Amino acid sequence: MKTFFSLGLIRGIVSQLIVTAIGMGITVAVRVAMGLPAWKAEPAAVVGALLGAIGFMFGVGALTDWLKWMKGEETPMRHGPPKDKPAWTRYFTVDYNHKIIGVQYTVTGIALIGIAGSLAMIFRLELSAPGLQFLTADTYNTFMSAHGIVMIGGILLGVAGAMNYLVPLMIGASDMAFPRLNAFGFWVTVPAALLIVSGMVFGGWDTGWTGYPPLSARAPLGIQLFFLGVYFIGLSSILGALNLLVTVARMRAPGMTLFRMPIFVWASVATSLIALTATQLIALSFLMVLVQRLLGMGFFDPNLTPEAVAMGAPPGNPLLFQHLFWFYSHPAVYVFILPGLGIISELLPVFARKPLFGYKWIAMSSLTIALVGFLVWAHHMFTAGMEEYLRLPFSYTTLLVAVPTGVKFFSWVATLWKGRISLETPMLFVLGAISVFLIGGLTGPPNGTVTTDLQLHDTYWIVGHFHATMFGGFVFPFFAAIYYWYPKVTGRMFSETLGKLHFWLMTPSFWVMSLVQQQIGLMGMRRRIADYDPALGIQAQQVAITIAGYIIFASVLVMIYNLVYSYRHGKIAVANPWNSRSPEFQIPSPIPEHSYEQPFLVTGEPYDYGLEGSVYISIKPDIANAPVAAK
Amino acid sequence: MSAITTSLAEYRHQLKSNRWGLWLFFLSEAFMFGGLLTSRFYLWGDTRPPLDQNLGFIVTVVLLLSSFFMNRAETAIAHDDRKNFQLNLIITAVLGIAFLVGVVGFEWQGEVRPTDGAYGAVLYGMTGMHALHVLSGLIFIMIVFFNGRKGHYSAERHWGVEACAVWWHYVDLVWVFFYPALYLMGTVIHP
Repeated sequence: MKTFFSLGLIRGIVSQLIVTAIGMGITVAVRVAMGLPAWKAEPAAVVGALLGAIGFMFGVGALTDWLKWMKGEETPMRHGPPKDKPAWTRYFTVDYNHKIIGVQYTVTGIALIGIAGSLAMIFRLELSAPGLQFLTADTYNTFMSAHGIVMIGGILLGVAGAMNYLVPLMIGASDMAFPRLNAFGFWVTVPAALLIVSGMVFGGWDTGWTGYPPLSARAPLGIQLFFLGVYFIGLSSILGALNLLVTVARMRAPGMTLFRMPIFVWASVATSLIALTATQLIALSFLMVLVQRLLGMGFFDPNLTPEAVAMGAPPGNPLLFQHLFWFYSHPAVYVFILPGLGIISELLPVFARKPLFGYKWIAMSSLTIALVGFLVWAHHMFTAGMEEYLRLPFSYTTLLVAVPTGVKFFSWVATLWKGRISLETPMLFVLGAISVFLIGGLTGPPNGTVTTDLQLHDTYWIVGHFHATMFGGFVFPFFAAIYYWYPKVTGRMFSETLGKLHFWLMTPSFWVMSLVQQQIGLMGMRRRIADYDPALGIQAQQVAITIAGYIIFASVLVMIYNLVYSYRHGKIAVANPWNSRSPEFQIPSPIPEHSYEQPFLVTGEPYDYGLEGSVYISIKPDIANAPVAAK
Repeated sequence: MSAITTSLAEYRHQLKSNRWGLWLFFLSEAFMFGGLLTSRFYLWGDTRPPLDQNLGFIVTVVLLLSSFFMNRAETAIAHDDRKNFQLNLIITAVLGIAFLVGVVGFEWQGEVRPTDGAYGAVLYGMTGMHALHVLSGLIFIMIVFFNGRKGHYSAERHWGVEACAVWWHYVDLVWVFFYPALYLMGTVIHP
């Protein structure tokens, strides 16, 4: 019990609750002092939630070292494992080791994906027949909106988990460049997730995850908690990206030139460039709606007060929100998929026993997707009433994304070509990812072309397209990565049988779900709505989607059971179960506290599988006698 | 800050990483400030609200002057000149506070209210976000001042001072873009 209350997580939550109450009290006091009615729910909730999240960070201990620095006290550079406490408590407390933080991110990410998936299960059941069965329209809207944003949060955490765990290992760094910032970045997502989930309870919101005004400007109270939650997750995303970029720039092992980095590191850099910069814009757009509701600052309000008219002030404009919002939220999908596509390129050569085809092209295609991604946002607004001259340029830039993505596909096919392919679970998921991402990729250009998009916009076709890109670009590769690196993280092998069961349940179900979603979209099913016209004649398809969705959900439960069960009872893993050339597989499983005893030396190319006598790294290099170029 | 026990070589390696981190954060923030500027041009077009020109000019001069003294403070500690370091920090902070008083105490009490359509929203949004950053800079200066008085910085190790100074210059630089966008560009409409 004493251990329980000494956990950072528990102290954080208790502190968040207390400080939230204090924040609400302050709001009441200020309102009384200003001569306003003492209680108004919205300002109290916003101030309470904002301060409460900061309170969590104090309580959990993520700010302790920084506060000491502010007072001029010294702290050790590295803290190491906690003394006289059980090892498992590290995962529930602030810890600065990137491997611990990577696991914290990943597990929290899976938990959020589980919550969001459960919401989908509920409203999918509702949709299996026309009319309203057991949900009210408001509950449906809240569940649908929360499904979107909690999934996005979960995916961002999953991405951060993979990058945090793997990138320092892959480039031979002892840790991330800023361990405290790293811990802060993880822990701030916990109060953020609590805010979003509590937003569902306190009023909910009905805007979808996009939060467009004017609807969001008059949505129930829950939307303010949703805005604040996204704000803090965005902060985590920015700080994590910054940390990763500095780590890759400054902490590579000797000889690890840019074009000798594992391809996943390239993907992480491309992702981080987007997350570092564009995230500011979703934060800004949500903040603007938040203050519009709270203080009456009409950024997006087309109505004017008489005083404003007298001043000649122009009105606000809801379209501005969409521009700011999509400037992040389109590139955001590349934040989700680029690491996933990197994992595909990372794993294919291992299981095909062949060099990765066109390494430099793959590396550059990730960067190209990231950069072109900044120029495509308005393709979400073709039907929004945006200036017409913007349509064609944005259509062209959108279609341009298909070029670097195509580079990746051709590289994957060429890597597989004449390979000695072995079909273990990770490889199955990689192949599944390619097949599913192909569906998502091919259904993309019709949405980027103005003429077709005018028909497809806001239909279930978009739902099908989007879920195919997310599953192909993130979910399948993420599962592949979990199976692939599980032995390195835990030191145990998972059950191959259950892994294959997971794959064969999930993949065909997903094909069915995605293709049928697209089909009913073409037949006139609108996205996001709780009800549909029985005359559309799509009930059979709706049932099929629901069943497929439930099978996918069940298959993920199989995976979770597999991971939990194998953690105790799995076979002891050898150091390199997949015969990989990657640096992290050259050290024992599970990876020791300080990954490498000394920096390794990179002497060759990363993906020369099947080439005789080729060496990537030497783990105990004789630095004194190394060739000069390699130093 | 940077109160980590390390050898000088380790300190210098970490110093370079710290600089990378700070400048990447500037890049990130630039997108946020850029978003605010975009909103100003999107909503105001070639008009601007009736603002007190003298006030705008004075606060701008005050803020730019403060950057000069911040630079003097950093140069002083780089030469181990503690007296001038502390003195210039105080001058910087006083000018920073004067800027905040000018914006919050005077400009915000002027004719334009936050609820006045796009004028109010953008004016208070931009000056408010900038004022928050000035405030963070003032807190930063305060921390550096008190740590400096305890004798924490030296010519070789003063990352805390450097970060504070560069942060202050950055916040000033943002105002160099905000000032013309708010006070100078476009014409005032008299309906």
